[in-house]
Amino acid sequence: MRRFAVPMLAAIVISACGGLPAKPTAATTLSATQPATQTSAPGPTPLPPRVVTVMTHDSFEASSSVVALFKSVFLADVRFYKAGDAGTMLNKAILAKDNPLADVLYGVDNTFLSRALSEDLFMPYDSPMLSSIGKGFEVDPQHRVFPIDYGDVCLNYDKGYFQDHSLQPPTSLEDLAQPAFKDLLVVENPATSSPGLAFLLATIGHFGPDQYLDYWQSLVDNNVLVDNDWETAYYSDFTIHGGQRPVVVSYASSPPAEVAFADPPISEPPTGVVTGNTSCFRQIEYAGILKGTRHLDLAQAWIDFMLNVKFQEDMPQNMFVFPVNPNAKLPQVFTDFASVPQHTAQVSPDAIAQNRDAWIRAWTQTVLR
Amino acid sequence: MSLPGQGIHRPPSAASAPWTRRLLWLAPLVFLGLFYFYPMVRILGLSLNRSPQGPLGGFVNLFTSPGELGILGFTVWQAALSTLLTLVIGLPGAYVLARYRFRGKALLRALTGIPFVLPTLVVAAAFNALLGPSGWINSALMAAFHLSAPPLSVTHSLAAILAAHVFYNTTIVLRMVGDFWSHLDPRLTDAARVLGASRWRALREVGLPLLLPAIATASLLVFLFDFTSFGVILVLGGPRLTTLEVEIYNQTVNLFNLPLAAALGIVQLAATLAMTVAYTRLAARVSRPLSLKAQRVTERPATSRRSRLAAVAVTGLLLLVLTSPLVALAGRSFARLGPQRQAAAGPLLTLDYYRHLNENPQGSLFYVPPTEAIWNSLTYAGATVMLALALGLPAAWSLAYDTGSRLNRWLDPLLMLPLGTSAVTLGFGFIIALDTPPLDLRASPLLVPIGHTLVAFPFVVRSLTPALRSIQPRLRQAAAMLGASPRQVLRHIDLPLVGRAVLVAAAFAFSISLGEFGATSLIARPEHPTVPILIYRFLSRPGTLNYGQAMALSTLLMLVTGGGMLAIERMRIADVGEF
Repeated sequence: MRRFAVPMLAAIVISACGGLPAKPTAATTLSATQPATQTSAPGPTPLPPRVVTVMTHDSFEASSSVVALFKSVFLADVRFYKAGDAGTMLNKAILAKDNPLADVLYGVDNTFLSRALSEDLFMPYDSPMLSSIGKGFEVDPQHRVFPIDYGDVCLNYDKGYFQDHSLQPPTSLEDLAQPAFKDLLVVENPATSSPGLAFLLATIGHFGPDQYLDYWQSLVDNNVLVDNDWETAYYSDFTIHGGQRPVVVSYASSPPAEVAFADPPISEPPTGVVTGNTSCFRQIEYAGILKGTRHLDLAQAWIDFMLNVKFQEDMPQNMFVFPVNPNAKLPQVFTDFASVPQHTAQVSPDAIAQNRDAWIRAWTQTVLR
Repeated sequence: MSLPGQGIHRPPSAASAPWTRRLLWLAPLVFLGLFYFYPMVRILGLSLNRSPQGPLGGFVNLFTSPGELGILGFTVWQAALSTLLTLVIGLPGAYVLARYRFRGKALLRALTGIPFVLPTLVVAAAFNALLGPSGWINSALMAAFHLSAPPLSVTHSLAAILAAHVFYNTTIVLRMVGDFWSHLDPRLTDAARVLGASRWRALREVGLPLLLPAIATASLLVFLFDFTSFGVILVLGGPRLTTLEVEIYNQTVNLFNLPLAAALGIVQLAATLAMTVAYTRLAARVSRPLSLKAQRVTERPATSRRSRLAAVAVTGLLLLVLTSPLVALAGRSFARLGPQRQAAAGPLLTLDYYRHLNENPQGSLFYVPPTEAIWNSLTYAGATVMLALALGLPAAWSLAYDTGSRLNRWLDPLLMLPLGTSAVTLGFGFIIALDTPPLDLRASPLLVPIGHTLVAFPFVVRSLTPALRSIQPRLRQAAAMLGASPRQVLRHIDLPLVGRAVLVAAAFAFSISLGEFGATSLIARPEHPTVPILIYRFLSRPGTLNYGQAMALSTLLMLVTGGGMLAIERMRIADVGEF
C-alpha cells in the first residue's frame, strides 16, 4: 500500500506501518489544519480493521488506489453500498433512518436535497475542509451536507451532422424552437430521468416559471422526441450512435467521455455542447453523515477525504463530474475538451422541492398529451 | 369435479391427508413468510400510514386522481394482448418441438430461451438495430424503394411493447406446453383420427383438452410477467404509455408518495390474486390423470411432406422472431458502427470490445474481468436453482397430492403473489423488515439468491404441479400396496415421471436468476457484480467503447445462457426418459 503514499502523507503512513500500532493513531491528519478526533481506546490485541460504510448510487466509481490511500491512513476498511439510482438510494436512507444502512450518504443532488434535509437524515459536522469548497456551491449553513462534485446538464449536438448538412449548430435554448431545428431534438422525460429533470429545470431557470411551458410548446411544435431514459436517448436516438436526432440532452462532460472511450481513438470529440447564456442546469452532488452512525470519527474522516484534492482529482476520470475543490487539477481530456458554462440556469433547492411535482405535471400535460 | 369419472382417480383429500404431508409446507411457508409476506406487510403498512388523511388516504388518492384507473386498464389490456400473441407464436412451436424429432432440436430450444435473460436496455438496443428508424429493416426498405424517410415506426408504441413481450416470453410457452405435450400419448389423437376425425378435429377435441392445464399455466405466467413488466414499458413504450408497475416506481421513487404507491401496489396484488384464483379453479377442473410417455416414444421424424413443411415453417418463424434480434446484438459487438464518420478510420470488424473488457484503464475499484462477472452470475444462478427446487418440490408435491385439501386451496394462489409484486416495493420492504440481527440482511449478498428464488419459486411449482397431477394415482397406490414406503414411491414413481418437469423448472430458475437486474442491482455488493449489472454500468456512460463493451458482454451473457440451457437439457434426473 505504501506505493500510493504521497509526500504529504508519508509521515503518517510510515508511523502507521512502522510501529504496527494496535489502534489507528494520528488518523485524521490528511490535512494539516485538522484536529485529531480518534477516540478508540488502546487494546492489548490488534483489533480487526474498523469499517466505514458509504451508501451511494449505482453510478459511483472510484480508483482502487485512492480508496486504498484512505484505508492505509485510517487503518479502516471502506465498504460501499450501492442502493439503486439516486432517488431510490435516498428513499431507502429515509426508510432506514432509525437504523441506518451506512455511516455516510453520498450522491444526493440538488434536485433531491430538500427531501433529504426535511427528513432530517444528516448530522452536522464542522469539517475543516469546508474552506476548500469552491465559491458558488451552496453550502448548508448548518453544515449537514457538503457539496462534493457537480455536472452540467446541457444540450449536446453532433458536429458532423451539422457540417454535413451545412447547418449552424445550436447556440442557445431558443434556437431549438426555430423551424430550422424541426425534428432534430431528443430529450429525456423529467418524470423518469435525472438529466431529463435537470433540463426541465434549465428551461424553468432560463425562461422563468411562467414562460417555460410556452417554450416547451414550441418544442412540441418542432416535434421534439421524448425518451424515458438517457441510455435510449443517447444510444438509440442520437445520430452519433446511429439514431435520427442530432441534438440530445446530456452532460457537458459527455464530449470528453466520447474521447476517453473512443474506439478507434479519436483526437477530438464528435460532439459539441450548448453552454451559452444560462442554457444548462448544474447538478451538484452532496454527501452527509447519517444520523445514528456508529463510526462518527471515520464518517467525518471520509467526508474530509472526499473533499481532499486526492479524491477530488480522482472523480473526473471515473464519474465524469467536476470537482468542487478548486485546487484539484482536471485530467488532460477535461482541460482539452470539457466546456464549463459561465452562467447556469438558477433554481434553488427549496423552489425545486416546493414545485417539482407541479412542474413535472404541467410539463407532462404540455408535452405528452 | 363435474367431469365424469374424475372422482374415481382423485387421491383422498383433506380429511384423510396425513399430517406429515402438511409438513411439506413447512420450508416453503417459512421462506415466503420471512422473505415475502413479512416485508410486504411491513412496507405496505408503513406506507399507508404515512398518509395525512389516515390509512385509507392512499386509496382515496387513487380513486380521485384521474389517470390512475386508466393505467390499470391499459396494464391489463397490454398484458392480455401480449399473452394472446405469445400463445399464437408459441403453441405451434411447442407442437413441433414436442412431436418431431430433428437435428438441432436441443439447440433450438436453448436459443429460444436466451431472450428471457437479456436486460431490457439491451433488448431495446437490439430492436432498434433491427426496427429502429436507422435499423436494418428501415435502411433496407429506404434503399430498395428510394424513400427519404424510414417507412416503419414502431418505437414508443403498443406494437413495440407487444413485440418485446413476445420476444421475452415465448420460451415459457415452448417449455411448459412443449414439454407436457411431448409426454402425451400420441395414440390418443391417433385413435380419434382412425375413428374418422379430421386432423383439426382430433387436435381440438382430444389434444387441446388434454393440453389445457399446461396452456393455462403458461398463460398465467406469461400474463403475470407482462402485467408487471417494467423495463420494456419504460424503454420501448416511451413516456406516453404507463403501466401499474411503472407508476408504482414513479410514485415511490420520484414523487415519494408512498401511500398512493402502496394503494397501487395493493391493486396490483389483488389483480394478481384474482388471476391466480381463476387459474387454480380452472386447473383443478381441467387436469386429469394421464399415462405419460417418454419423449423418446412420442416424438417421430417428420416424414410426410406436409409435416416437414410445417416443421420448417414453424422453426423458421421462431428463429426469425426470437433469434434475429440476438444476431443483431451479437453483430454490433463485433462491428464498429459509430461515431459513423470515424468508422472509416479502422477496420469494420473488430474484437476490440472483447479485448477491452479485460482492461481496467481507470484502475476502478469496482472493475471485474468478464470471467469473474460470469462466475458471480453462475454462482447466484446455481444457488437460486437449488433453493427454488428445494422449496418448490415439496410444495408442488403437496398441491398435486392433496388437490381437495382446504389448506392447499388457500395456499396455491398465494404462492404466485411474488410475481405480481413491484420490485421496488419489496426492495423497500427488505430495508425496513430485515434490519435486526441475525436477520440484518439488508446489504447481504444472500439477498440476491433469496430475491431470485421468490420469482423462481412460483415457476418451479407451476412447472411441476401439472406433471405431478397427471400421474395415475393407481401407480402410486399399486406401489404402496406392494409395500413401497412413501419415500420409495417418491423415488421410483414420482421423480422418474416428473424428471423432465424438474429440468424445465431448473431451467426457469437458472434463467430467472441470470437475467434478473432490478433486485440484484439493489442488493448486490458492488464488488461482486453480475453480468447484467456490468452491462448497465457500461451503458450508463457515453462513448463508443462503452457501448461496444456492453454489446460484447451481452453476447457473452447469451453464450453463457445458451450453454447453461444445453447443459440442463443434457442432465438426467432419476433416469428420466427410461420409463
